[in-house]
Amino acid sequence: MANRIARAGGALMLVSVLALSACSSGTGTDGGTDAAGCTPSDGPVTLDFTTWLPGMEDAAAIWNEKNPDIQVKVQTGPNGLGGTYKNFFNQIEAGNAPDLGQIEYDALPNFRVQDGVVNIAECAGVMDAQDDFIDWTWSQVTFGEDDAVYAIPQDTGPEALFYRADLFEQAGIAIPTTWDEYAEAAKTIRAEGGYITNFSQSDINAFAGLVWQADGQWFKNDGEAWDVTLDSPESTMVADYWQGLLDDDLVATLPAWTDEWNNGYNSGEVWSWVSAVWGANSITSGAPDTAGNWAVAPMPQWTEGDSAAGNWGGSSTAVLKGSEHPYEAAQFALWLNTDPEALASMNATANIYPATKTGGDLPAFSEGLDFFGGQNIYDVFAAAGAEVNPDFTWGPTMTQVYTDVADGFSGAISGSSTLTDALKTGQQKTIDAMKAAAIAVNE
Amino acid sequence: MSAPTTSATKKHQGPRESLFSRSGAMLVMAICTFYFLVPIWWLFVAATKDRGDFTSSAPLWFADFNLIENIVNLANYRDGLFFQWMLNSILYAGAGAAVATLFATMMGYALAKYSFPGRETLFNVVLGGVLVPATALALPLFLVFSQVGATNTFWSVFLPSIVSPFGVYLARIYATSSVPDELVEAARIDGSGEIRTFFTVATRLMTPAMVTIFLFQFVTIWNNFFLPLIMLRDEKLFPVTLGLYIWNSQVNQIPEIRAYVSSAHCCRSSRSSSLSSACSASGAVG
Repeated sequence: MANRIARAGGALMLVSVLALSACSSGTGTDGGTDAAGCTPSDGPVTLDFTTWLPGMEDAAAIWNEKNPDIQVKVQTGPNGLGGTYKNFFNQIEAGNAPDLGQIEYDALPNFRVQDGVVNIAECAGVMDAQDDFIDWTWSQVTFGEDDAVYAIPQDTGPEALFYRADLFEQAGIAIPTTWDEYAEAAKTIRAEGGYITNFSQSDINAFAGLVWQADGQWFKNDGEAWDVTLDSPESTMVADYWQGLLDDDLVATLPAWTDEWNNGYNSGEVWSWVSAVWGANSITSGAPDTAGNWAVAPMPQWTEGDSAAGNWGGSSTAVLKGSEHPYEAAQFALWLNTDPEALASMNATANIYPATKTGGDLPAFSEGLDFFGGQNIYDVFAAAGAEVNPDFTWGPTMTQVYTDVADGFSGAISGSSTLTDALKTGQQKTIDAMKAAAIAVNE
Repeated sequence: MSAPTTSATKKHQGPRESLFSRSGAMLVMAICTFYFLVPIWWLFVAATKDRGDFTSSAPLWFADFNLIENIVNLANYRDGLFFQWMLNSILYAGAGAAVATLFATMMGYALAKYSFPGRETLFNVVLGGVLVPATALALPLFLVFSQVGATNTFWSVFLPSIVSPFGVYLARIYATSSVPDELVEAARIDGSGEIRTFFTVATRLMTPAMVTIFLFQFVTIWNNFFLPLIMLRDEKLFPVTLGLYIWNSQVNQIPEIRAYVSSAHCCRSSRSSSLSSACSASGAVG
């Protein structure tokens, strides 16, 4: 018996050593090719694609069937900030990153600054695709550089106003078209015992969407150094506006994405939500009892008669540093984000809203939804998408910005500080963080 | 006959506490029990609800009973991926803990029974290893496994799991006190080799310690989240902790998986909590 155990133990060791050496002959760890040499590889290639969109295998299967020589293997992980971005950076460092990765627009500058994404401008068809995509998404992936494309836009989150049509009508409130009217409506609704909306202390990118709509900028890069303007006049104006609503207890402050928050909408306590197109899913699942009573209108405006819109969220598909097949990877990324069949597949499995100009024409977006009283809400979002300011730029340290500003915002919610102060503090901390990361900042 | 017995037991119990302090203690215990059980109760109740009731009905009581339906949906979602994850977790944790126990026991036995130069230094280094959190080692391990191209494999999670410095510590302490030198000596005189002595004599005496090491290591591997997060990209290799975390991070995209996540958590936690209670019981024995 003793011998048997000893032998088993030895065999196990042997197996593990064999497995290790077998694996080491797999993926190579050589550096990638430069964009200048974006040429097809010889022979069949296999691409790894890491994304957290569920059901991406379906879209990849369509591609794999049509392209036997370029097989795409889908790998998954948690959402970007949940760990996948960290993994990408670790893998780039170790030289075994996947060929393709999903990167949200607000994280892309970080990858650009750390040289983690490949410039695919020279790859066939990439520059020609510019006209297929909504203008602002293209500037997100080029950073305004000439002859540079660092990713292919995938989806967007144009914003509009979700509101309880039934409650607004009962209270005799016209749908607010300006932020002033919105604040007035907030008072009426508060008198009725409800809240017009919920102010989230944690969704800093949603707040950025509001600043985006107000034509504000948080970051700018002149090619050499960054300007940080978290406390720009537009940004401060938006912060002051919401601070006013908070001071008068006109907005709820439920922690976002919790059951409490869902319940606020489900119970009719909270009447409206300025959110992105994907917010339709959140509200449909979070407030099932209110089905049929919602409607969507364009965002309230700062200037009457304008039609500016903000954006919240959206991803791109990037070729990561170290990929040995940038040409094939770029071809797949292009196909994935422009081909109607691929877009329809991703919409079916992951509810994505495409970044292409014609993406809104998909059959899935042409019907009215029962949850919204039969309204075709995607018409509103398609119109909003065309109005998003193309010049908005994300900074290279957004994770830090979100954390620091959220800290300040929770202080404002508890009354110990203000949103404007939070932006000022965030401004300074961002500059410090960028300097610490050896990123040039203009002061 | 019965009278002396009662008086003896009474004497044994010591002075009788007042009703007030006893009920006070019971109250504190009851509140603690309630506090610890409510989340588990909530999880179970949540797993029985459909998506609509999940937000709209009372969180701590049943609405329409959908548990079976939820579990069936969970089983069907992505071709039963959840059960693959459970299986992976059992494999990582079960096989990993078994090998870790063997290694730790061997080393603990060697440290206890053989005197050689550097023994204490070696032991102190191992003891220091107890203090290094697994999280801190995950990234260096990733870089090492990248060098040999073994990331995103079963081995990238399994191999680091078979190391248990705490197990070595426990095995050494236990071997010192429970395996008499005379017995080892006697085995040698009878012609038994060192390896045979270890497997036939020492392990018999060290079984309680081995069970404890196994259970501790099982729970450690089961709950180890960071290492698989960094190492794995292929969802077929995920342990259940990582898989559920990923599903949870997709809830905004696919609202319907919310019900799966809560029922999955329910299945998972009932399993691991029964294990951890088994573990604490055996810990007391060991």
